[in-house]
Amino acid sequence: MLLSLPALHLQTSEHHPLFELPHGRLGPWCSPTGSPAPLSCDTGCGEGSWILVYRLLVPTQVSLLSMEEDIDTRKINNSFLRDHSYATEADIISTVEFNHTGELLATGDKGGRVVIFQREQESKNQVHRRGEYNVYSTFQSHEPEFDYLKSLEIEEKINKIRWLPQQNAAYFLLSTNDKTVKLWKVSERDKRPEGYNLKDEEGRLRDPSTITTLRVPVLRPMDLMVEATPRRVFANAHTYHINSISVNSDYETYMSADDLRINLWNFEITNQSFNIVDIKPANMEELTEVITAAEFHPHHCNTFVYSSSKGTIRLCDMRASALCDRHTKFFEEPEDPSNRSFFSEIISSISDVKFSHSGRYIMTRDYLTVKVWDLNMENRPIETYQVHDYLRSKLCSLYENDCIFDKFECVWNGSDSVIMTGSYNNFFRMFDRNTKRDVTLEASRENSKPRAILKPRKVCVGGKRRKDEISVDSLDFSKKILHTAWHPSENIIAVAATNNLYIFQDKVN
Amino acid sequence: MGWNQRLGGGSGVWLFRRTPISERMMLSKGLKRKREEEEEGLAVDTWWLDPGHPAVAQAPAATAASSSLFDLSVLKLHHSLRQSEPDLRHLVLVVNTLRRIQASMAPAATLPPVPSPPPAPGVADSLLASSDAALSASMASLLEDLSHIEGLSQVPQPLADEGPLGRPTAGAPPSLGALDLLGPATGCLLDDSLEGLFEDIDTSMYDSELWAPASESLKPGPVEGPGKEETTPELDEAELDYLMDVLVGTQALERPPGPGR
Repeated sequence: MLLSLPALHLQTSEHHPLFELPHGRLGPWCSPTGSPAPLSCDTGCGEGSWILVYRLLVPTQVSLLSMEEDIDTRKINNSFLRDHSYATEADIISTVEFNHTGELLATGDKGGRVVIFQREQESKNQVHRRGEYNVYSTFQSHEPEFDYLKSLEIEEKINKIRWLPQQNAAYFLLSTNDKTVKLWKVSERDKRPEGYNLKDEEGRLRDPSTITTLRVPVLRPMDLMVEATPRRVFANAHTYHINSISVNSDYETYMSADDLRINLWNFEITNQSFNIVDIKPANMEELTEVITAAEFHPHHCNTFVYSSSKGTIRLCDMRASALCDRHTKFFEEPEDPSNRSFFSEIISSISDVKFSHSGRYIMTRDYLTVKVWDLNMENRPIETYQVHDYLRSKLCSLYENDCIFDKFECVWNGSDSVIMTGSYNNFFRMFDRNTKRDVTLEASRENSKPRAILKPRKVCVGGKRRKDEISVDSLDFSKKILHTAWHPSENIIAVAATNNLYIFQDKVN
Repeated sequence: MGWNQRLGGGSGVWLFRRTPISERMMLSKGLKRKREEEEEGLAVDTWWLDPGHPAVAQAPAATAASSSLFDLSVLKLHHSLRQSEPDLRHLVLVVNTLRRIQASMAPAATLPPVPSPPPAPGVADSLLASSDAALSASMASLLEDLSHIEGLSQVPQPLADEGPLGRPTAGAPPSLGALDLLGPATGCLLDDSLEGLFEDIDTSMYDSELWAPASESLKPGPVEGPGKEETTPELDEAELDYLMDVLVGTQALERPPGPGR
């Protein structure tokens, strides 16, 4: 189904100020903590080295509705103004993903919509415009559904998007909600046939008796149109909620994981899938652990990992057996007795697991930390980074308001030297694995002027609060950055803050 | 969050809350919280676990803090179970946390005595077992129904013996699709002898009904059920349960649909 939105409805670069970037080499990023450092990037360090490239305020669903039905626009606007929570809730971004070249950036939202951005191509005339992302395509991926057997409504929220590597002119991506995975083809059309015999220019059928001559239709150039078509729908394979999808390095299969099971699919076959992990106990009374995330190894098509709500990671080899209930490797860090509390298990629950690009490491995110594991060492991680340890004393309150169940994602940069994850108050954190430096940045409208350098933020945990610091009690827990993405080769990051998408780029003098 | 609204009416009074709703709403809406109230909330997090801590010796205070956390957790469990399709991860984490809290709570100080104490080594263990059973029974019934419906569309996979997963609980399989964990006045967990409950408790009060009755209400059969049942002079236990399910399911139909998602 093609849903082409006029550019008017979205804040594309044609209508809003351009954030121009200096053209040139992007230096390595690192940043010391503490007071701001000079902008110079000679040493490769510069605390204020991230600038805002693009901010998209996702519009309400008004535009989509008015495309579908003939409804008075004023009525829609009024109702949306009244029912504001509906309007913005559907626009909450729920997933962000660059494709393998970084040329495209896809976002999925709670309303089931996918928006794809494309990077501006380099051109001689406008050398400085490289690095901008403009809206390329928008389509409705999933609709709300009703499961008649169980009397349940199935949310259309896009949980994950994963790109397939490009093999021809078209782009392919997988998008999933709680129950159904879809393969979408995004392709460009810049020619159309003209000169039909049986149809006139408006498409109306001609009376055959009026046709006296025959002509061959010719292809004429037209304005570029990007269309998205669903090519496969993989449905009815998951009883529980899908939390992960991962494309295999063989590019022929992919897996989808829900709370208790992982299924292996072939892209060409939609009516059956292979169950490769099943942790559902025979007696549901014994259920104490669920699958939280899963991913294929980037190079070995037989290897994948999945994480659990108990803070464990299992690596499985599909060559060992058809049903990979027996893991090949089991990664778990022993509990720190000094930090034990009622909430130990909840905060150890892993919300995201990602292989490094090299395939040698895995990174896991639990509530308070990010951990890097070496695949060859199962008994403890090789690195642990505290994301917001000041929350450790607030766990009770965070349990009360359910924030403790928030699922943050984590990402590697292209060279696996820096890792990034989100936090509260629209903060996100970066950790340089080599220099052991870290920085806290903020994605917010108030603090982001065009071409402004992002100022590092600091949270004050106690005692005297310095001028630019924020105290823990002032943090806004409703502003959480759960989804971030890093360009596969350059220092460009995409950060989703509720219904805003921020794209930042490393600034080099 | 809107827990008070969920419980509805006066049925929300029986839970002890540490923080007022206004404060909780503030936190969820991202407004500032008063520092002194926040610090009050900080104190209960970890100190009771430290055996060397002088405050731990004050058993009633420790129990009160644990008890409030316990109540909060039970409330969360209820809320989670009440969802049309519960978030399994949330459910499992809350249940496991509840077990931890129970394990650390002083046995007799806060909880009313369990009617039939099993001959377990410690009272704490027995409470854990019985309440664990009720919890498990409740969650199990929810999840069993899920698996029964799932069984219509796919063959359930046999499970390999996976060590890290779950430990066997002491509970007996539920005789009924029991959902009620708490009595309104006591705030404690009832044991798993639930046969007598359905006789004199109006279960329509507890709107934590699962989708099992709702799905049944879609079938044309149950509508004729009560009529047939009433003419039969003898109602055995199974028929009575079925009847109750149907009645509750019918009432679920009559109630206005919830917020859905």
